[in-house]
Amino acid sequence: VLRIATPLILGTLGVLLCERAGVLNLGIEGIMVAGAFAGWVAVFQGASLWGGVAVAAATGAVFGLLHAALTVSLGLSQHVSGLGITLLATSLSSFAYRVSFPKVDSPPTITPFAPMAGLPVPVLDAQTPMTLLALVLVPAVAWLLMRTPLGLAWRMVGENPAAAEGQGLNVVALRYGAVVAGSALMGVAGSFLTLSAFNAFYFNMVNGRGWVCVALVVFASWRPGKALLGALLFAFFDALQLRLQQASGGAFGLELPFQLYLMLPYVMAIVALVLVARRASYPQALMKPYRKGER
Amino acid sequence: MRLERRPQTSRAALLLAPLAAVAMTLLLGSLLVAWAGAPVGRAYALLIEGGFGSRFALTETLTRATPLILTGLAAAVAFRARLYNIGAEGQLYAGALAAVAVGGLHGGSGFELSAWLLFPLMIAAAMLAGALLLLGPALLKSRFGVDEVVTTLLLNFIVLLAVSALLDGAMKDPTAMGWPQSVALQDALQLDKLVARSRVHTGLLAALGLSVALWALLRFTTLGFEIRAVGAGPRAAAFAGMPVSAVGVQVALLSGALAGLAGALEVAGRTGYVTLDMSPGYGTTGVVIAMLAMLNPLAVVAAAVFVAGMLVGADSMSRAVAVPTYIADVIVAIALICMLVATLLTQYRVRR
Repeated sequence: VLRIATPLILGTLGVLLCERAGVLNLGIEGIMVAGAFAGWVAVFQGASLWGGVAVAAATGAVFGLLHAALTVSLGLSQHVSGLGITLLATSLSSFAYRVSFPKVDSPPTITPFAPMAGLPVPVLDAQTPMTLLALVLVPAVAWLLMRTPLGLAWRMVGENPAAAEGQGLNVVALRYGAVVAGSALMGVAGSFLTLSAFNAFYFNMVNGRGWVCVALVVFASWRPGKALLGALLFAFFDALQLRLQQASGGAFGLELPFQLYLMLPYVMAIVALVLVARRASYPQALMKPYRKGER
Repeated sequence: MRLERRPQTSRAALLLAPLAAVAMTLLLGSLLVAWAGAPVGRAYALLIEGGFGSRFALTETLTRATPLILTGLAAAVAFRARLYNIGAEGQLYAGALAAVAVGGLHGGSGFELSAWLLFPLMIAAAMLAGALLLLGPALLKSRFGVDEVVTTLLLNFIVLLAVSALLDGAMKDPTAMGWPQSVALQDALQLDKLVARSRVHTGLLAALGLSVALWALLRFTTLGFEIRAVGAGPRAAAFAGMPVSAVGVQVALLSGALAGLAGALEVAGRTGYVTLDMSPGYGTTGVVIAMLAMLNPLAVVAAAVFVAGMLVGADSMSRAVAVPTYIADVIVAIALICMLVATLLTQYRVRR
């Protein structure tokens, strides 16, 4: 469960950071693909595994910068710009993969992170350091958002940018910072797939996980702790789905097509959205571009 | 640096914006072509020749453009009312499945209808399937405030898995030698070819007709006015006494039906049956086309032909010089972003 949850935790934290500052980032799906690809290529070229993670974060940050430029500076529709980022990041990754490896059927493999066998903690010792990183980041992001001046400023520009401006805060810079940092986390989330869960890059490996993260943030009411909970719950259903598939036919005595099990996570994401939607307290300025002197 | 709203948008700027965006896109794309190690000029010449330069290229482009016009219209009409329907892909497959369910399955079941009756039934079923698929997210949006982008995106995955399940199960073609493809439409239901020895089918005419119809609807009818008003400002529209959520539902039905029709016409005009790879992302590309067309139904046709030409041209270019076909997807994505910026610059000017 923890292994499935790791990219979701990282991705959800990334989305959460962006949205708390008032910017929806639908680029996550593509940024995860790009992070997965970039991290894997870096390691394949001889970088260390953590080097790969850093490259993935940097890749995410670059796309985040583009998204911020489009939505914060230019005030374009955050929906459409995010989709554009996803299309761009996904297609660029596919393109770069084909340019780098023109004629291979199966991608070359790397040696991914090993489980932390030496750790004295019973469940964690089967996981890789990246899972530990994700778990540590949850309280870290919560602390950053709730207990530091920077976090307060971020939440302010997400709720009421005009008031934040009145307090002498630089709305544009703060939003840039949040989007770039959040996108870097999304890149890391993608790199978990190539550097820890698997050992190579495949075209459809992200497969909607990014969109699930966006749903999870709503489910978590924009709180990091609840985001962890949501990601774990979600991963539990995904694991359950895999179990049920393996027990094919045995589950409830019914012979169901395996695709129904695969659907379960996506259906759960929609159900989760609907359940919390009524009492969801969106950051007030989410999806609203801020232009000085304009109402 | 800051942005300042222009008092009015000039016609010249509106015409120039797409051209500037395309030029910028090709410029950025050339960097990638150069990176792939191909001669830029020759690659672009091949791209354009492959997309528009011969009878074969042109007919292939028009064949590809047919579903793209429809998904582009689906996105354009929805976006006009600020209903961000990103689920055209799923709606397309739902439409295709419904078409085959009506037009293919009944054979031999003793239930016989003349093709004249069956064809409209098939089309209606496909449009209904697409419309109903979008109705869910639209209602969730208006009743519960659930963001429709995420729900339509997630529905794409669900529908694709459902298609996959049905192609393995109930709708599998027993004569397909294990390939996951559906039973075929009967021949009488297949669309005629528009041009001999090509794959262009009469569905293209339907797509063109619908783009004009949709333009007229948006421009001359009450519903069209309401759609534009809701898109311009839902609160102002509600204040003016317009039924905002009812308009949203109507737009959803219209948009979903268009995407469902795209699926039916693909089946009836091109493939004859449903496969899992019958649409290489026509739904998502439709969003790009709608943006390129600045949500204008007539311009959707031009944008769809442009994008289809890029896709077809990239296939033939990558066979000739060593540039991966994914260049087409990259170009489409860059075009979307450039177009967004260009549209913005028609409304705002940059001041220091």
